[in-house]
Amino acid sequence: MEIPRGADTRVRPYRGDANSKGGGRSLQARNGGIEVENPYLPYPVRIESIVTETEDRNLKTFKLVFLDAEDEAKFRYHAGQFAELSIAGQGEIPIGIASSPTEEGYLLFTVNKAGKVTNYLHNMKEGDIMGVRGPLGNWYPWETLEGRNVVIIGGGFAFTTLRSSIVYMLDPANRARFNDITVVYGARSPGLLLYKNELIQWEKRDDITMHITVDGTNDPDWKYNVGFVPAIVKEKAPDSDNAYALVCGPPVMIKFTLPTLAELGFPPERIITSLEMRMKCGIGMCGRCNIGTELVCKDGPVFTFDYLSTLPGEY
Amino acid sequence: MREYTEKIREAARRLLSEKKVDAVIGFRKGTLPFMNEPCIVKHADQADRLYWDGNCGVNLANYLAKRADRVAVVAKGCDSRNIMVHVLENQISRDQVYILGAPCRGMLDRRRILAELGGKDPLRVEEQNGKIHIEGRDFGLTLNREEYLQENCALCTHRNPVEYDELVGELVEEQKDVDRYADVREVEALSADERKAYFQELIAPCIRCYACRNACPLCYCPTCFVDESRPQWVGKSLDPVDTMTFHFLRAYHCAGRCTDCGACERACPVGIKVRQFTKKLEKDVLELYGYEAGLDMNERPPLDTYRTGDPEDFIK
Amino acid sequence: MTEMYIPKNKIDDAVQEMMAQHKVFAPVLQGRFHDFAPLSSPEEVDWECRNTRLSPKGLFHRHSERMFDYSLSKDDPEAGILKESPKDFSPRVVLNIRPCDARALQLVDVNFDTPEYRDPWWVKRREATTLVGLACNDPCSTCFCGSVGTGPFDAAGVDVLLVDAGEGYVARACTDKGEGLLAEIASGEPVTAEIREKVEALKKQAETSMADLHLNLDLIAEKDMKELFNEEFWEDVHFSCINCGTCTFLCPTCWCFDIQDEVYEGKGMRLRNWDSCMYPLFTLHASGHNPRDQKLQRVRQRFMHKFKYYLDKYETATPACVGCGRCVQHCPVNIDIREVVRRMAASCVCPA
Repeated sequence: MEIPRGADTRVRPYRGDANSKGGGRSLQARNGGIEVENPYLPYPVRIESIVTETEDRNLKTFKLVFLDAEDEAKFRYHAGQFAELSIAGQGEIPIGIASSPTEEGYLLFTVNKAGKVTNYLHNMKEGDIMGVRGPLGNWYPWETLEGRNVVIIGGGFAFTTLRSSIVYMLDPANRARFNDITVVYGARSPGLLLYKNELIQWEKRDDITMHITVDGTNDPDWKYNVGFVPAIVKEKAPDSDNAYALVCGPPVMIKFTLPTLAELGFPPERIITSLEMRMKCGIGMCGRCNIGTELVCKDGPVFTFDYLSTLPGEY
Repeated sequence: MREYTEKIREAARRLLSEKKVDAVIGFRKGTLPFMNEPCIVKHADQADRLYWDGNCGVNLANYLAKRADRVAVVAKGCDSRNIMVHVLENQISRDQVYILGAPCRGMLDRRRILAELGGKDPLRVEEQNGKIHIEGRDFGLTLNREEYLQENCALCTHRNPVEYDELVGELVEEQKDVDRYADVREVEALSADERKAYFQELIAPCIRCYACRNACPLCYCPTCFVDESRPQWVGKSLDPVDTMTFHFLRAYHCAGRCTDCGACERACPVGIKVRQFTKKLEKDVLELYGYEAGLDMNERPPLDTYRTGDPEDFIK
Repeated sequence: MTEMYIPKNKIDDAVQEMMAQHKVFAPVLQGRFHDFAPLSSPEEVDWECRNTRLSPKGLFHRHSERMFDYSLSKDDPEAGILKESPKDFSPRVVLNIRPCDARALQLVDVNFDTPEYRDPWWVKRREATTLVGLACNDPCSTCFCGSVGTGPFDAAGVDVLLVDAGEGYVARACTDKGEGLLAEIASGEPVTAEIREKVEALKKQAETSMADLHLNLDLIAEKDMKELFNEEFWEDVHFSCINCGTCTFLCPTCWCFDIQDEVYEGKGMRLRNWDSCMYPLFTLHASGHNPRDQKLQRVRQRFMHKFKYYLDKYETATPACVGCGRCVQHCPVNIDIREVVRRMAASCVCPA
């Protein structure tokens, strides 16, 4: 069966808004000629606070504040996008934006300590200067999700853009646009959950249904679920009628969650995910992040599973 | 050397149908004059793809490291030495490899021949009795084979495979009285400043493509030192200091292991004489430790072991 | 459009006239082969050069581009903030670029000059450069530009096209920029009908002398991407490849790059260097996962990108290949792109 590839199945970001593209100041031409905004130039930001999220200290949330208010005005983003965090002398890393566009005055990024740049970042201090380039990539299809039930399924530290999504939807200005919100979020143990305080607050609300889970725990005071995320999804069985699922997590979690969602009646075009790839430019030019024709940094990172199934499985 | 083709095909057919090996690695006829393509044959009925002539300079040992299957490989003298080095370094076990030894009279230097044609395209080439007959659209030229061998082949002292399971041709006479290191001595005679200038000029065209490294059978590190980021040892731009660091360090990593197969020089797209880095170290290892790479499976390489008689005058 | 005839004994004067207002780059013999180099005098140009070893893409997408500088010194209030490195975008002429290489620049434009993002260095260099192409009277035996949508006399990518008509060169302006350049040349004479006929004859001869590969690129365009991806012939194609990167570095339509920070004593710079999909590091995640850790995947990626993904993504009829033949000539293991593409097209034909 020919799977249609086109605007109906792809998650297409709204590109009409000129401010949603990344970039910095223009390249000053020495000999006149055209001015070209330099998309590789990061906005300078200051680290305002650092919160260690997990007990293994591998994940830290950095709150970044723009040095220049004009830059902040240019950085208008949507939940689901990412940015390249730039550290002079080290390099850049593509990290999902954990803050929601409704949170003004700062950006949040939750970074896993994995390699050269992330290790350096983890050793930086409040007050240090770094850079942010973005917002980059496409975003979760908010227009399409209006009037729908939204099921958010996250595992481990892939939850960052999902936090952005939840905060965005729960904001009073937005809540009425969406129907039921269900969240299944799990980590290996309680100490490895991100945003613990917020999870607890959300759990108490009646406009969102939270299913927090851990793979296992010895904590006798653990109030929530115990079980792998796919198993909890199966158990809680969110209704697939008029619903979209946003799934982000490690490959093994996704592998087992997809069949569960299929059984619940979610078709692949209503299951959305955000992919990771090695990236450098973040703007679709350096060529390394492609899956077939799609550049994950520019045509993604958000894709429907339906669309992904038309692409070679090289990711 | 084209007579070898039949023997190679016959051996491949036999070994594959008797299931003595899972695959045979050799060459197939190239799509360009003076080039052949390494190929792998896994079924006896594909054996006729295999081909051999004087343009088989690529070192097939490059395809052996960390293989899990049993393979037969067509190996010239230098290739067979590299297979021995692989065995010594535990990259493959001796009983995994069935060596089809191919005594070699030297491989042609394609680039030097093309330079001789002054930009004209060769369309048909035939080698006969020590002569190379080249025909193009509106020209014909005959060259003496001996004058257009790869530089390493002209100085080769191990034309016959040092280790083999079967020969695909008659053993050839080894060259005698070959001065392998005349060019190295010339550089050794230069002053330090002159040497620096010499090497700077040598690598000036380098575009950091790493073709030399990738063509070399010895360069099988899962992550090459130039690709490490924690810490980052070498920059990746065309900075001359970084470029020299790459070439010098790579040469040192090949010290005591290099068989002077010439794969690096063949591969370089900008014609750098990459062997100038490795030959000096080959000479040093020979003079300091009396060792040549890949000749004896029972002797550990000099940088791998220690003998009481090893020179110590650098310890002050 | 302006046309003029420049006799060979006047061509150096014409080049000198170009040099008065522009920095001129042309193929210069450097050792055993040619490369584009800035001219200090017109005599340096080798008019007999068939093509350069490295493509002229390096004049626009530099091998190593210094993007930004920054200080890392603790006392500097601007420490850690990136500043654009100064560049020179003065007017340039690239002389004797072959039609294939010029067409390649257009194919690469779609990558660097997009509606959403524009690469400042590529865009500004393209804008500042006038391309003077030299038609190929005598294509090499490895050229196949005619089979991939361009040709030895193709003026698509150039601002001025020169044709060697024997005793002199016919120069024809193809764009406004070309008009502007020819206006600077005083050494031109009118083009006679006889010469014009000769040019036509040369064009025909060049086009017919090149072997037509009969590559049915439409078949590749129509085939499903995943099916082509999963074909069995890749197993045979990939074996000899040593992932050396030569093809990508010499190719005029390869554009992939890496971004690196380099630091020295309290100062640093962010650089952009050519990179290659041939290297495993190209797609390696920090977690250790590598979508293309097998050689077969990397080899397949290159050909799929050039002849399938590019066609599909940019909805164009021409692949990201101009048939310059450099990869054919210089692949150390003789992986022949003409053969690979033939197999890609052949796999699309269902057995009757």
